[in-house]
Amino acid sequence: MPEQQASPGGDPDSARRPGRDEELLAALRRSDEDAFRMLVREHGPFLLRLALMHVPSRAIAEEVVQDTWLAALDGIDRFEGRSSFRTWLASIVLNKARTQGRRERRVLPFSFLGRRRAEGRDEPAVDADRFQSARDQQPGAWARPPVDWDSPVERLSSDEARRVLFEAIAILPPRQREVITMRDISGLSAAETCNALGLTATNQRVLLHRARSKVRAALEHHFQAEEPSR
Amino acid sequence: MTQGRIAQLSCQELVELITEYLEGTLAPADLARLERHLDGCDGCRAYLDQMRETIAALGRLPAESLSPQAEEKLLVAFEGWRKGSRG
Ligand SMILES: [Zn+2]
Repeated sequence: MPEQQASPGGDPDSARRPGRDEELLAALRRSDEDAFRMLVREHGPFLLRLALMHVPSRAIAEEVVQDTWLAALDGIDRFEGRSSFRTWLASIVLNKARTQGRRERRVLPFSFLGRRRAEGRDEPAVDADRFQSARDQQPGAWARPPVDWDSPVERLSSDEARRVLFEAIAILPPRQREVITMRDISGLSAAETCNALGLTATNQRVLLHRARSKVRAALEHHFQAEEPSR
Repeated sequence: MTQGRIAQLSCQELVELITEYLEGTLAPADLARLERHLDGCDGCRAYLDQMRETIAALGRLPAESLSPQAEEKLLVAFEGWRKGSRG
């Protein structure tokens, strides 16, 4: 089977049906290898993505995912199905990836304090200089409003735009990166994301808001650079 | 509810409410205010469209699978687990 085509308009990670994980899990508890293989394939891309947020290379991310599955096998009898299987896997992989990431950082320190600060609450969604100031006629109204993107679906699917998306996400503070990856890339619900990350609903929403605002701004910047006339 | 206490929402305030709007978590009075603003503001409508397009584009990013080698290793480990813990 050709692996994981991106499905236009759909959520690439979740070709899953409710109840399917439960059937596979029951089979896995009976030591069914096919069930294991299917779970590994189905959740692999999702876990890899989460691991890649914290470790510097694909090879290390694959190791983290492998460790995650081994831990999941060992813990399968303790998994009570109170959270979704995917949420449970996500919390295991994030735990391992964060630990591994800290280990890598000790070797290769990168600016960490800058990131901590950026996680704070008072960064605006849009730069203040895009709006009229208190001295202008209509304070708080757009001074330089956003313009509609032409044929957004095509342009946003280009390799160039994808590179912009990945880079914008890569430089987000870790918590924002985790939330936007789970919600918008992998299509988890707000509740699943809160559960996997141990966040309150409000906190999750604030992080999502910061993250989406920055990613949108990065795309806007990219499109403006393409069309200097506008 | 009552119109009286509803102040005008500025564009700068609206962009900070956009996620709550998309998540459906705005209080009814705030929702009404926001929608009224959108009705009369091209800039904020464009902003909302861009945000929706951004979210849709994130959902279309291609997924990467585990390498065949990693998958193979896992199946070997699975065998070990089955023999070890399941007898
Ligand atoms: Zn406006």
